[in-house]
Amino acid sequence: MNELIFFFNNVIVAGVVLGSIYAVGAIGVTLIFGILRFAHFAHGDMMTMGAFIAFLLMLAFQAMGISVPFLPTGFLVLPIAMVITAIIALGLDKGFYAPLRRRGARPVTLLIASIGVTLIIQGLIRLFFGSGTWNFFETEPKQLIRIPVPLEGVTRTINFTQPQLLMVICTVVAVLALHFFLTRSRLGKAMRAMADNADLAQVSGINTKLVVRVTWIIAGSLAAMAGTMLALDVQLKPDLAFNIVLPIFAAAIVGGLGQSYGAIAGGFLIGFAETAAIFNWSVLLRPISGALPFEVPATLAVVPTEYKLTVAFVILVVVLLWRPTGIFKGAQT
Amino acid sequence: MIARRSLTLFAGLFVLFVLVGWALGAANITLLLVQSFAYALIALGLNIQWGYGGLFNFGIMGMLMLGGAATTFISYPVNAQFWGSEGPLMLGKALLAFLAGFALVWGARHSDRLGIRGRWKTALTILAWIVAYIIYRSQIDPAAAYIESAAGGGWIGGLGLHPVLGWVFGGVLAAGVAYVVGKICLGLRTDYLAIATIGISEIIRALLKNMDWLTRGTLTVSPLPWPVPGPQELQAGGSSIADSFVYARLGFLALVVVVLVAVFWLIQRAYGGPWGRMMRAIRDNYIAAGSMGKNVTRRQLEVFILGSVLMGIGGAMLVSFQQIYDPSAYQPINHTFLIWVMVIVGGAGNNWGAVFGALLIYITWMISDPVAQWLFNHISNWSTDIGWGPIPEIQSRASQMRVFVLGVVITIALRYAPRGLIPEVVKREA
Repeated sequence: MNELIFFFNNVIVAGVVLGSIYAVGAIGVTLIFGILRFAHFAHGDMMTMGAFIAFLLMLAFQAMGISVPFLPTGFLVLPIAMVITAIIALGLDKGFYAPLRRRGARPVTLLIASIGVTLIIQGLIRLFFGSGTWNFFETEPKQLIRIPVPLEGVTRTINFTQPQLLMVICTVVAVLALHFFLTRSRLGKAMRAMADNADLAQVSGINTKLVVRVTWIIAGSLAAMAGTMLALDVQLKPDLAFNIVLPIFAAAIVGGLGQSYGAIAGGFLIGFAETAAIFNWSVLLRPISGALPFEVPATLAVVPTEYKLTVAFVILVVVLLWRPTGIFKGAQT
Repeated sequence: MIARRSLTLFAGLFVLFVLVGWALGAANITLLLVQSFAYALIALGLNIQWGYGGLFNFGIMGMLMLGGAATTFISYPVNAQFWGSEGPLMLGKALLAFLAGFALVWGARHSDRLGIRGRWKTALTILAWIVAYIIYRSQIDPAAAYIESAAGGGWIGGLGLHPVLGWVFGGVLAAGVAYVVGKICLGLRTDYLAIATIGISEIIRALLKNMDWLTRGTLTVSPLPWPVPGPQELQAGGSSIADSFVYARLGFLALVVVVLVAVFWLIQRAYGGPWGRMMRAIRDNYIAAGSMGKNVTRRQLEVFILGSVLMGIGGAMLVSFQQIYDPSAYQPINHTFLIWVMVIVGGAGNNWGAVFGALLIYITWMISDPVAQWLFNHISNWSTDIGWGPIPEIQSRASQMRVFVLGVVITIALRYAPRGLIPEVVKREA
């Protein structure tokens, strides 16, 4: 039983947390692809930027002495950081992508432009913050929640940190809000219509410019949320999201580009796959080693920890071979 | 019109190089020249893939790493301890296990000939993959652990052959990997292909970085031998220390330029010939080209491999020149996006443009750092004077400026010269 709880802590809890971060990031990528038809490569850096904005706000809040009991300041400032990042995302669109779109540039050009944006944001972040690491929990404690399991002979407890719990709650709230927005509101329906067929949406009187703006607002705020969650879970550093933008794209593609629910599914699939692949399965086999025909080795992971990042791509390649546009049928440029 | 414009641009570039050379000294400018010409070769590789064939390869870094690993393996001196130990035998077993696994998967994929079809075939294939993976891991893991231990010699070392052979092997290795990657990925279109190739280059990076028995991983391999006499040999021959560096690098430069010119001539001919015309037809409208009877997938695989070969050779040259193979020094920004900026700014589809872009962007990339440092020092002095205090950590901040500069350059290029500074010449029949 102890081993099962060890498994739960290391695979299920970690997988849910990682999956939430991937899912929230992948929704942004997939929404932009659905509406604007290009892979927005700078999404990872929008995440990092959002995390740094949240960090600055947290420092400001702490300096002013504003705090709420039981809530880390990082979560308190999250809505403000999301608003600011959404405004910056609108600015990025106006400054970098809208002129190219007006000229009728191909999606490929927009993808290359987004790499330029990536480099500019990366450069600016490193210019202002150097290349060191920061921690959201320098002055506040990161509370660990232990839940004892009411079973006989069980000594291990189910462990997770308070930020991790809040993150999962935030993700659920965000996903539900997005679901109701897309299915119930007029604007959300307009968005889905435009994702299906932009020309048809325009001739049927949908304000496509407004839809594009709303897309950037949602994508920007979700990016800030995902980035801050990632920084709260690990550490804040300038290349925080640069490494994670690839699993996020993998999640969005696995789910089918342009499919919001597919992005969520893809995010959790990749999150769980990564944690399960590096888990040492011999821990689970050890109690039943007497019944097995072979000797249980000390470590029995699907891949060594160093190869964690490659898991996402192996899944990506396998899914693309099996269904060339993702699990849910994705859009093409 | 374009010819005159490109002449002016190349003349301007020459002046820029002379100015930078005058400011930095002969030893530094020869270093910059060697590296920028090697990057020009890599940019030509991307130009074949993107400019000729319209393929979205974002996995350049992986090809450069393969080239580097190849030249390390061929040219580094022989590690006698490894060859005298159990290591080669164990590696041989691992290779046999790999081949057995390969045969197993191949057999499962062709099991329909035995009458196994549909769902059963899929299940059999998945099972074959799992069994093959277990067989391979059961052999390679102990072999790797043994070789990495003191008894196994630490790593397999090299073959002690001439570095130019290493460059050739770099091209061959890149071609082999590109064939496999192309077979898997080329059915995908644009964005999907971009992400898939990035993924594969990350997998290659993770492998080369962590297979310590093959590449020494983060421990790095150095010094690699030069294909031409190095500074030490020239010093032994009687030249002064300062001169020896310049002459040794000039020798290397000559070799790189010879390769570049030969490659340039060949692919320029290919561009003008029927093959190039067919590639452009496929790039501009693959459906139309397919309906005219061209085998689109096969031709795309061809350009993908051809471009990757050039990238492999270029990557091998860079590693040979720097004399150190450090898998953790490879970054997507420096080794994938930089090349893309070169080709986009220079002019995709035009080889002169790709070479021009490579030289211009590489020198911009290299001098952004000292220029930013100079600028920051002045701002810092000024802010100290007015009482705001100096800028902290100028050195590390300035070195990050080049990423920013690169981003600004590509943004400006896309906005004002979307087809590049020396664009492709579109010929129209009168």
